[in-house]
Amino acid sequence: MAKKPVQFTLNGSEKATFVEEGQNLLDVLRRGVGDLTPKYGCAQGTCGACTVLIDGEPHLSCLTLAETVEGRSVATVAGLENGAALHPLQEAFMRNFAAQCGYCTPGMLMAAKALLERNPRPTREEVVEAISGNICRCTGYEAIIAAILEAAGSGSAASKGRG
Amino acid sequence: MPVHVETHANISDAARALSSARDGRFFGGGTLLMRALNEADQSIGTIVRCTDPVLRQVRSEGDRIAIGAGVTMAEIMANRDLAFLAPVARIIGGPAVRSAATVGGNLFAEPPYGDFTTALLALDASVRFAGESGQSTPLQDFLRDRANRRGRVVESVMVPRITDPKALRFVKVTRVKPKGAALMSIAAWLPGSGGRGCRIAYGNMAPTPVRAAAAERALEGASLSEQGIARALQAATEGLTPPTDMFASEWYRREVAPVHLKRLLLGQGQ
Amino acid sequence: MSIEFRKELFADERDDNLNEIGKPTQRQDMVGHVTGRSPFYDDHLFEGLLHMRCVRSPHHHARIRSIDVSAAASMPGVKRVVLGKDVPRNLNTLLSLLDFGLDDEPLISERKVSYKGEPVAVVIAESEHAARDAVAKVRVDWEVLPHVLDVEEAIVPNAPTVNETYPGNCFIYHGKYTHQKLRYGDVDAAFAQADHVIEGRYQMSPIEQAPTETCGAIAAPENNNRYVCYTSTQALFFSLGTAAKLLDVASNRLHFIGGTVGGGFGGKVDSLHEPMAILGSMLTGRPCKYMFDRAEEMQVGAPRGAERWYVTDGVMNDGRLVARKFVGYFDSGAYTRLSSYAIIKAVGHLPGPYTIPNVYADVYCVFTNRTPATAMRGFGITGVDFAIEAHMDKVAEQIGMDPIEFRILNSYRDGDMKAHRRLAKNTALIECCQVAAEKAKWSLSDQAKRQNSLTGGGGERAQLPNFTKTDENGRVEGFSTGSYAQKNKPGAPAQPPQPNYQPQPAPRPSAPPPAPPTAPPPQTPAAPPPIPRPTTQVQDPFSAPTPTPPNPPQPPAAPPGGAPRRTTRFSSISGLRRR
Repeated sequence: MAKKPVQFTLNGSEKATFVEEGQNLLDVLRRGVGDLTPKYGCAQGTCGACTVLIDGEPHLSCLTLAETVEGRSVATVAGLENGAALHPLQEAFMRNFAAQCGYCTPGMLMAAKALLERNPRPTREEVVEAISGNICRCTGYEAIIAAILEAAGSGSAASKGRG
Repeated sequence: MPVHVETHANISDAARALSSARDGRFFGGGTLLMRALNEADQSIGTIVRCTDPVLRQVRSEGDRIAIGAGVTMAEIMANRDLAFLAPVARIIGGPAVRSAATVGGNLFAEPPYGDFTTALLALDASVRFAGESGQSTPLQDFLRDRANRRGRVVESVMVPRITDPKALRFVKVTRVKPKGAALMSIAAWLPGSGGRGCRIAYGNMAPTPVRAAAAERALEGASLSEQGIARALQAATEGLTPPTDMFASEWYRREVAPVHLKRLLLGQGQ
Repeated sequence: MSIEFRKELFADERDDNLNEIGKPTQRQDMVGHVTGRSPFYDDHLFEGLLHMRCVRSPHHHARIRSIDVSAAASMPGVKRVVLGKDVPRNLNTLLSLLDFGLDDEPLISERKVSYKGEPVAVVIAESEHAARDAVAKVRVDWEVLPHVLDVEEAIVPNAPTVNETYPGNCFIYHGKYTHQKLRYGDVDAAFAQADHVIEGRYQMSPIEQAPTETCGAIAAPENNNRYVCYTSTQALFFSLGTAAKLLDVASNRLHFIGGTVGGGFGGKVDSLHEPMAILGSMLTGRPCKYMFDRAEEMQVGAPRGAERWYVTDGVMNDGRLVARKFVGYFDSGAYTRLSSYAIIKAVGHLPGPYTIPNVYADVYCVFTNRTPATAMRGFGITGVDFAIEAHMDKVAEQIGMDPIEFRILNSYRDGDMKAHRRLAKNTALIECCQVAAEKAKWSLSDQAKRQNSLTGGGGERAQLPNFTKTDENGRVEGFSTGSYAQKNKPGAPAQPPQPNYQPQPAPRPSAPPPAPPTAPPPQTPAAPPPIPRPTTQVQDPFSAPTPTPPNPPQPPAAPPGGAPRRTTRFSSISGLRRR
């Protein structure tokens, strides 16, 4: 199968890799460049576990044709921390026990980050809408909503983090 | 089979490539096609992409608006001229789906998807293919023969310019809250006073979105009151054969269609 | 979210020095979760990883005439196509590790398939895409067989045999019966004398656990002739034992690493991904990954099985339950997995948290041509509890009684005898009902509000029935009674049947018909024996088939002034301690 070279920015760092034709971004992030934070849940756009930001917009990396990120900027949970300090969203998720098995958490965090970047003071309804494409099977939605609202309340969640 | 992806900067090149490709499929936002690629759908050999800016444009053409086929649901929601369509775009998937899913892709979406097209059908939209300048195909005709249109590149969708956001009403009926696949969606365009000239379309009541022609006729000249719409509700599923699938049975769809149509027409909360 | 403690309840039974409950304690894995660094099985990268994809049956039930893998095997990137003959010991059942059930399920089927999606071949390839393309090229010549998808249709004579190990489509309990029995008192006699006999039928569909992380495993050759296996299993040692058995290797050659699971809910207890991935690694010498995609997780990932329950209650005009009879069917799907064991749990739970002096249950673990069923949260209990509580509402409505008061009246209380012949302790249903009513602003009578779990139980309510009617219905031959479903082995004589436990001597039921002289058919339903008559003086007229009116459990008296007790409540979660 023919391979194509692709260059993009991942959490602020330049990446160059070869992708197979038709390959999805999730696969390239995980196996191509070794960022294991986006998770495989369905490869059909229903679970949200692979959510990443592309040029600041939330996207499902399993439904993103890898070659289309050429020259663009991709952000994942791996870029949320600032040095040793957790991102305010990560801290709020911890404080609110907003993870049980932890598998949906990276997608939830990126969906939340996308929301707070364009809407730093969301209502509860807007938070629910923002994570409406992300499934948590451990049924932790209330804790997740509380964590996102709390991070928004701290006012600094939108601007922190690389990428 | 190994998939070949080709990208064209010009829409006419893309249209030519698609029509000559063996097992070719046009790539819109990828929300449906990538799923097929992830599953190694053996019917797909070539993917044709197009980066022509014309696909991303929203522009006025007299009393109509041409929405580029590559415009995403997120872009619809952000466009002031398309405010009447924002509530429809908002119920398509979650935010991450909406930043990829396109108007053109939705035209080809199989059930249970294609809610946006249901609204377009109620709006009497028409479809313009690449290379066509003046003419366009009524959406109803397009849908009737949809399978045979896959080999053509859609450039844009024409919709009437609507200033009163209440003139277009839409409901997506799901079992999962806040979001889930629709067991049915209903769109109603009420351009005049009362039911005059109204257009009603259903999603997921047939293999493609369909008009509720009998209900439309019954509403002609009627008032949008409980009494006025009674006949239309009786005729809500006349002429339709709703499917039985994993979301609902035919019986259930027939039972609840008038209930949701009533709420929609009376403007009652869903 | 806040937790409300009702510390006034059972206050004298606790010293109330709760060190952890009610106080948040950070989880040790939380930092890993919020940073995305928690190592799920698929987060281990291996150079040269190969991918495995199954060829699956499109039919519910079919014989395999032949499998042609030549086109698939020669495709680019394909390393190997694996068939059932490549599995060292291609028949297993998970609970054989507990001596509970017969091996009945191949890892990769060779002769026939019994559910849609059953694997018949596995492609190992350089990429997942190449594996999928090759799967599409495998040609299987199927002889489609009639199938059965309904539990009751599966156990009628001449129904298609789903599972050759159990030709009657029923799991065999204790080597003897087509179903698990519970006999406590005499429900028929009690029904005859009850004011109302009320029947209900309840059923639950299969439920997929749908973990966000699909089931999977990665195996790779390790040093010292060992294999390492990263897995999403919820039951590491079950998976280790199963892999060692199917692959016929010593378990110390397998190095299992698990523990971080992306949601399981029971569906990852009996996965077969580990033996499959290790087999791939053994056959190719390379790291191999076998994972379900989402469609497989939903279609062939073992769900909570469907259940169907018939519940019949005998009830007096004043609301006292005098008898409850269950006939239940668990849909095990095509193979045993865990349903047979779930039924043991279910029957131990009957008749629910109520004191009823006559209880009867026949519960069948039925094989159908559906996806094999397994555990899911509260398995064995959830389905029948739904049936019981729905039926409680139905009975309350039919006799014109408030449904909560009906429950309080019949609730078990400390010291009551349960149908599994142990005294109830640490009961708290009455208090739960009272608090639930209070929260729902549901008015209760003063009488119901005064009740409590500590008083009114015991005494006559602690007595076993004087007579329990037993039978040999569903008796089968050809299985050993030495274990739950043992087939007779040469040199291992069948043990004599264990005596039924009876508090007082009662007439023995007649013996089952003798076995045929030649190889016995697997099932020989016996005619019901004549109803035994009690010969001893009965103390509890309620459980005896005498013409006197049934005597329901003594209505609990109003509580005395709260006699202090210093027993420890909630001391045993599983109940095993008491055995």
